[in-house]
Amino acid sequence: MNRPKQDLLGIEPLTKAEIIAILDRADALYATDNAKSDAMAGKTVINLFMEPSTRTRTSFEIAAKRLSADVVNVSESFSSSKKGETLLDTAKNLDAMKPSAIVLRHASAGAPQMLSSAVRARVINAGDGSHEHPTQALLDCGTMRRHAGKIEGLVVTIVGDVMHSRVARSNLFALSKLGATVRVAGPRSLLPPGIEALGAEVFDRVEPAMEGADVVMVLRLQQERMNGGYVPSLRDYSRFFGINARNVRAAKHDAIVMHPGPINRGVELSSDVADGARSVILEQVAYGVSVRMAVLEMLAG
Amino acid sequence: MTSKTSAAPIAFHIRGGRLLDPKQGVFDELDVIVLDGRIARVGKSLATPTSAAVIDARGKIIAPGFVDLHAHLREPGEEGKETIETGSNAAAVGGFTALCAMPNTQPPNDCRAITMLIKTRAREVGGVHVFPIGAISRGLAGEMLSDIGELKEAGVVALSDDGKCVMNARLMRRALEYGRTFDLPIVQHAEDTHLSHGGVMNEGASSTRAGLPGQPAEAEEIIVARDLILVEMTGARYHVAHASTARTVEMVRQAKARNLPVTCEVTPHHLILTDEACLTYDTSTKMYPPLRTHADVEALKRGLADGTIDAIATDHAPHSPNQKSVEFDCAAFGIIGLETALPIAMSLVREGIIDMRRAVELFTTGPTRTLKLPGGTIPEGAPADLVVFDPDREWVVDRESIASKSKNTPFSGKTMRGRAVFTTVGGVVLFDLDGATS
Repeated sequence: MNRPKQDLLGIEPLTKAEIIAILDRADALYATDNAKSDAMAGKTVINLFMEPSTRTRTSFEIAAKRLSADVVNVSESFSSSKKGETLLDTAKNLDAMKPSAIVLRHASAGAPQMLSSAVRARVINAGDGSHEHPTQALLDCGTMRRHAGKIEGLVVTIVGDVMHSRVARSNLFALSKLGATVRVAGPRSLLPPGIEALGAEVFDRVEPAMEGADVVMVLRLQQERMNGGYVPSLRDYSRFFGINARNVRAAKHDAIVMHPGPINRGVELSSDVADGARSVILEQVAYGVSVRMAVLEMLAG
Repeated sequence: MTSKTSAAPIAFHIRGGRLLDPKQGVFDELDVIVLDGRIARVGKSLATPTSAAVIDARGKIIAPGFVDLHAHLREPGEEGKETIETGSNAAAVGGFTALCAMPNTQPPNDCRAITMLIKTRAREVGGVHVFPIGAISRGLAGEMLSDIGELKEAGVVALSDDGKCVMNARLMRRALEYGRTFDLPIVQHAEDTHLSHGGVMNEGASSTRAGLPGQPAEAEEIIVARDLILVEMTGARYHVAHASTARTVEMVRQAKARNLPVTCEVTPHHLILTDEACLTYDTSTKMYPPLRTHADVEALKRGLADGTIDAIATDHAPHSPNQKSVEFDCAAFGIIGLETALPIAMSLVREGIIDMRRAVELFTTGPTRTLKLPGGTIPEGAPADLVVFDPDREWVVDRESIASKSKNTPFSGKTMRGRAVFTTVGGVVLFDLDGATS
């Protein structure tokens, strides 16, 4: 990553070669079972999580610790507009303590961009609003590559709340750069306008979107989408857009099923599929540590 | 650069420039002599009267002072962002000699006392003319009409709940009817707030890419469509504030063809920026209505050229850094605009979208005709509200020298071409970039 200040703000700014370099390094780390190294000994990583998260924060924490970094977790469940210190002030204060990297999770799209220009530390986006979640896309791509041998030529169907999904956007950017075909499927009310312009094929019904798919990526449906009127009820959503043993059969016989978690069992994904032979969900989680180690090591090591 | 260089009217002779007065159909090399605050003489190669300052206008254009239909002066209530004085200074720097003050102050201008306060403060400041616009609804709450008759008596020139849309069609109907009774046009901030709910930029491919909640163009268009039906029903004058979409322009075009009493304005920024600017998450690209698509910008330009759009209005909306140096979705809507409107219009002239005469018309007789305001033309005998501008002067928008109290502009640090060099209201020099009269 040949940039003056190496941040990971999203997948969109990365080149194909940069993505592959991260995946190659993650593969190597995964092969060692994410063995402990001293790549970041004496360095500090701050996990600044302004939005609740267990899995991603833990994954980043373990990754940093495997690299022997000192890890500080800061969780603030407020947004700057509501009360107290602004994000910029928080970030500048943390930066004054000289961390090597700040890992930011924030409910506002663009928050990592804002931080990037204000701090000296490397900024790693751990999810910003509905914008990007680059390490999730990297771990998804790495998992696909481990299963299929390559990404190029794969048909990846992303099902669900694409509108509000940073996972969908980052995967769309990554998979397009790596030469996969990306389909998005969901009710029209959850498909963002202009998603075709970003390279996705759009489907409003699940079955045709699954036809011949190598990968089925199921997105989480947030409960609050009902309040926005995006879907009438969980029941109606799961009946027509939930992935289950019946409709998953439309995909290739060896297709894998992925989910970024946490799963709403019985809503977007049935338990038999989530726990079934096609599911690589726990492998995604395991590989996630490798990807985050690779990113931390390459940016801040 | 100085503002308000003379407290009293002075005599001056503007020499060697081209006078452009669209109302009079004049665009010619003419001298202008100002005595006792009025245009004393207009003619070729005039002799300089004794004790008159000479302003060298060679290569420059002399025009009636610009009139802004849409400014937020923040006084009373939010003087940390702008005051009538600083807003007036910013206006003069931009070549404006009059502006309409939107009523969303704190408290809002929904009664005689606030209107009188604004007029009194403007008189004390002694800057540009300030024409208050009164609130349509009491407290801008969208429920009950303000005391519209009394507002008219106090001197408001139009009614608007700008910043908020009149969502209730019944209230809108009554506002049009009652407003018509007092010959007050209704200026609508057209936004179906159910449809725009939560949106912080234009909805489309760019908002999808940015991952920011969008508000669709239809949120504006649905209200304009509804209002045009109500205009037909009531026969009242109706003005679309900050028109921003292709379909809004088309609907206004059709309404005008049917002789409905409808007018509209466009902001400078909607003429040169698109929603792609929001991809930087720069909060100075966040305003209402949001920056739209390239196709919308092209339609707005056609509307300027063919006369559908009546005026360029700044929607000057000062905000403090506290409200802008935050996450994009948390930031306040709005940017300042008084000081950068002219160069943006000049860029359209250079681009061949409009000619110089039309550009000046959009700042002068366009707005004065729209809200039936005085000014907009400077025949002999008229008050000397005029601007001298250099259409080619290059300058950099420097945060430190912005006259407005707030600095929230997407053009900060940018090089602009075209600038007012001299602004006078009634012979009082409000702005004199090159120190011609000092």
